[in-house]
Amino acid sequence: MSDLEHGPDRRAPEGADRRAPRGERKSAAVRQAIRSELAEDGAGESRRPDVPVVQLENVSLSFNVPILEDISLVAEEGETICIVGESGTGKSTTLKLILRLLVPDRGKVLIDGENIAPLSFEEALVVRQKMGMVFQGAALFDSMTVYENVAYPLREHTTLSEEEIEQRVREKLEFVDLEPDRVMVQFPSELSGGMRKRVGIARGMANNPEIMLYDEPTSGLDPLTTGTITRLIMKLQRELGVTSVVVSHDIRSVFRMASKVALLHDRKITFFGTPEEMTASEDRYIQDFLGGL
Amino acid sequence: MPALLARLNDAAKGKVLTVQEYFVLATKSLRFIFARPFYGQDVIQQMDEIGVKSLGIVLLTGLFTGMVLALQSSVQLKTFGATMYIGNLVAASMIRELGPVLAGLMVAGRVGSGIAAQLGSMRVTEQIDALNTLGTDPIKKLVTPRVLAALIMLPVLTVINDFVGIIGGNIIAAFVVGLPTAQYWRTVWDQIAADGFVLRYIPTDFVQGLTKPFVFGGIIAITACYFGLGTTGGTEGVGQSTTRTVVTSSILILIVDYFITQLLLSLLGNV
Repeated sequence: MSDLEHGPDRRAPEGADRRAPRGERKSAAVRQAIRSELAEDGAGESRRPDVPVVQLENVSLSFNVPILEDISLVAEEGETICIVGESGTGKSTTLKLILRLLVPDRGKVLIDGENIAPLSFEEALVVRQKMGMVFQGAALFDSMTVYENVAYPLREHTTLSEEEIEQRVREKLEFVDLEPDRVMVQFPSELSGGMRKRVGIARGMANNPEIMLYDEPTSGLDPLTTGTITRLIMKLQRELGVTSVVVSHDIRSVFRMASKVALLHDRKITFFGTPEEMTASEDRYIQDFLGGL
Repeated sequence: MPALLARLNDAAKGKVLTVQEYFVLATKSLRFIFARPFYGQDVIQQMDEIGVKSLGIVLLTGLFTGMVLALQSSVQLKTFGATMYIGNLVAASMIRELGPVLAGLMVAGRVGSGIAAQLGSMRVTEQIDALNTLGTDPIKKLVTPRVLAALIMLPVLTVINDFVGIIGGNIIAAFVVGLPTAQYWRTVWDQIAADGFVLRYIPTDFVQGLTKPFVFGGIIAITACYFGLGTTGGTEGVGQSTTRTVVTSSILILIVDYFITQLLLSLLGNV
């Protein structure tokens, strides 16, 4: 239990001076420090540095009809992988595979080098504590206030005292640019779409996960809020060094935040590489897909 | 012809699978009652939702059922000059059958539909997935508290229903038939004592009358959670789950009622 018992979050507060351009990585020492703090949280034992954080290996999945065929992708520590593609090509399904809400028919889903496909339901619950998920519609519990929503993972998996939980909730709400005193007592139904999304992010990161997953984080939002959410995802990656997997339609924000882009087409990943490689590609479909840019 | 057989085969498999899933959910939710972590607050909240808030309809149902029982039987009994047995009749029918079954049906309509709609909405807005993602077993967090609350509250509601029903009978007996209240209550007690006692102090009728709502509570909560959690197809799906819950749990209550009666009568040996 000792890994669950710890004081309030001692992570250095985020400051404007720490902003760095995309692609610049933290020094190994800083990342190691963050990683060891994560290990103290619900995230479990510290990970081996030599394996990718998230890896899909030749994954196939079908429900009556094939959904995904022979998908492989790798997210190294601290990277932001964006999965793009037309609607209904299995982008959200890929996230559910990483979360082990779905089990692949064939292939491996590796989290920190551990194949999670054969895990039991109870074991999967533990692995999921390493991950924070932001759902398309935020999926906040509408019977609970914003405070209770963000505090939920802390109550479930830590032995923090009520004061420590409140401190952590305030910190997370401030991180996503919400005023804790104003929103904490509100119910999700009283919030705008953009605010709900931000509370969703705050809840996803409450437990200091090492992996953040986003399902269409900017869909249905106006251009300004889209920009805010995109910046927020980048801030999380930059300041906390989390590995992110983002499913998105919004090619502009994808190009802003992605370390690598995976293009899903016809149940397969037809492209996996950096945004620069993607724009340079001669492939007709990729050019059509980027046509809107 | 083989095509038809294959389709029949698939349909049959689907039905068997449904029943299997239903029992898996039932077993899991009951097993989790005894496993950590406990969601005590959720249980209390559900007891309020299922029990306290159903009190109104149960009181009304009980009162008017008791009254109409007394009224109808007074007409029949008058032809034999046996109106003094109204108490026996009302007590026997309320405690053994109408109390449990009517409370069950009313709660299935009020609470079953509510649970199915709530869990269905949570499913289609990905809140169930969110629970899973946050490392909580939705069955433990959502189903077990509801099942436990229903198992506790339905017998309580039934006792209230029985009691109010007998009082309803009293009202009619006193004001319409002209039977003295003391006489009415003596015949009620005669009836309760008539079938003997289990373990010396528990009237046999009470055993029957309390086993049933316990089982019905489980049926209502598990059916509602089963259809609620299995909701697909957006808001329309939520409507369908709600309808299915009310229909299925009502029918199950009536069928299971027959079998419990049969079983208990042969066990307690007073057919």
